[in-house]
Amino acid sequence: MTQDTATRESTTEDAGNHVADGISDVRDRSLEERVTEVVAVAKEFADAVDRDARFPMEAMSAIAKQGLLSLLIPTEEGGEECTITEVASVCRQLGRACSSTGLIYAMHQNQLAGLVRHGDNERFAQHRRRIAAEKLLVASSTTEIGIGGDVRRSTCAVEPDDNGNFHLEKNAPVISYAEYADIIMVTARKSVEAAPNDQVMVLVERSATKLEQTRAWDPLGFRGTCSPGWILNADGSAEDIMPQPFERISAHTMLPCAHIFWASVWLGMAEESVRKARVYVQKAARKSPGTTPPGALRLAELGIHLQAFQSYVSDAARAIDDNPPGSDELDSIPFTIRMNGLKVYASEQVVDIINRAMLITGIEGYRLDSDLSMGRLMRDARGAALMVNNDRILNHTASLELINRRGTK
Amino acid sequence: MHEDTIRQVLTEHARLSADASSVGTQDDLYAAGMTSHASVNVMLGLEDAFDIEFPDEMLRRGTFESISSISTAIGSLEGQE
Repeated sequence: MTQDTATRESTTEDAGNHVADGISDVRDRSLEERVTEVVAVAKEFADAVDRDARFPMEAMSAIAKQGLLSLLIPTEEGGEECTITEVASVCRQLGRACSSTGLIYAMHQNQLAGLVRHGDNERFAQHRRRIAAEKLLVASSTTEIGIGGDVRRSTCAVEPDDNGNFHLEKNAPVISYAEYADIIMVTARKSVEAAPNDQVMVLVERSATKLEQTRAWDPLGFRGTCSPGWILNADGSAEDIMPQPFERISAHTMLPCAHIFWASVWLGMAEESVRKARVYVQKAARKSPGTTPPGALRLAELGIHLQAFQSYVSDAARAIDDNPPGSDELDSIPFTIRMNGLKVYASEQVVDIINRAMLITGIEGYRLDSDLSMGRLMRDARGAALMVNNDRILNHTASLELINRRGTK
Repeated sequence: MHEDTIRQVLTEHARLSADASSVGTQDDLYAAGMTSHASVNVMLGLEDAFDIEFPDEMLRRGTFESISSISTAIGSLEGQE
């Protein structure tokens, strides 16, 4: 992460224990062990992060230290070549502990998925090596003021000069963790003359970017993602424009992966609420052996909803792992419908499941000062339907249904 | 062949930034401003105009990329009748 990050990190970490030194040692341990360690840190600071709407520095430093930022990068470039399914599982575990950390991690990994699957030239291979070696955090800037939330259209454009460089200015209503990232992936029209949907994705270095904050950040939930509005002014080399059109990067990788990774975080949140409900019911059961507590029936019912949620998420992750970039399947209508559906379904389920879980715990879940409190989870869950509005997604599916011949598989 | 009818459908539904009658037969329609939403309307318009139904395997970006590729696709469907 940035120099800035490293400085702040030294207040909570042993300053002598420099992250870049330990990468091979870290990999001697299993992914599971490393994730468990990170999850414990995320859990410890989750309430403070939420209360102060601040970046989860401790958890993100631990993630960097454990080498988890570069899981998707090929082994020969210094990563671990993990599958989308494996990364989705990390998102899910983080989601149980700290939704904001989970979402930041999910957004970072979605940028990495795009870079790995579509950055098919030497320049981007170098970027990936650097991301792995220096443990860089990657943010993104897709939405823009004036395009009505449609990430497949841009107003801003890449403006090239005569020396092979470009300038780019974007008025972004949100950029998550922009201040803490090392790299920002930005969508823009290919040129000043290009149509709004003729987009490219550009890698800009945070150090070559001027960010001017346009709005404060004090939202209902996901408070640690630090996602205010920014005017972004970046300069870069024309070689840092992704070699494939954004349309393809989005359809084949970044749109489905965003939905898979986000849904995995939301699944983790739902699982955490059910865990709390289970603790409550079991406690009640111990007080009166022989009588099934009233909440047990609701818990049984909740388990079914959770199981269906888990299945949809893992099925979608497998579909991406089974279809490398360029596969016909990724262009198919049923695939798009399925991934759109995942986002809508998961963002509704997370609210519904947490709501049902709170009914089971009663006042214990309603309290803010209880171990079984659902307060933060419930606030965070409300954001899921808004991150790319569900109605926009359903409208897209509705138009695809007019020509869908195959159903959903 | 089908070109005039295709251009007419494009004029009505593709919402190109250029005039559909002046677009080259090989020009990339998506680069000319056709969104994926507009492309659905183009498909529906073509199916109605030519009284055909594109099968699933033809419902790909490549099929509707240019006037030429659309014409080839329609030709192959008409050939089957």
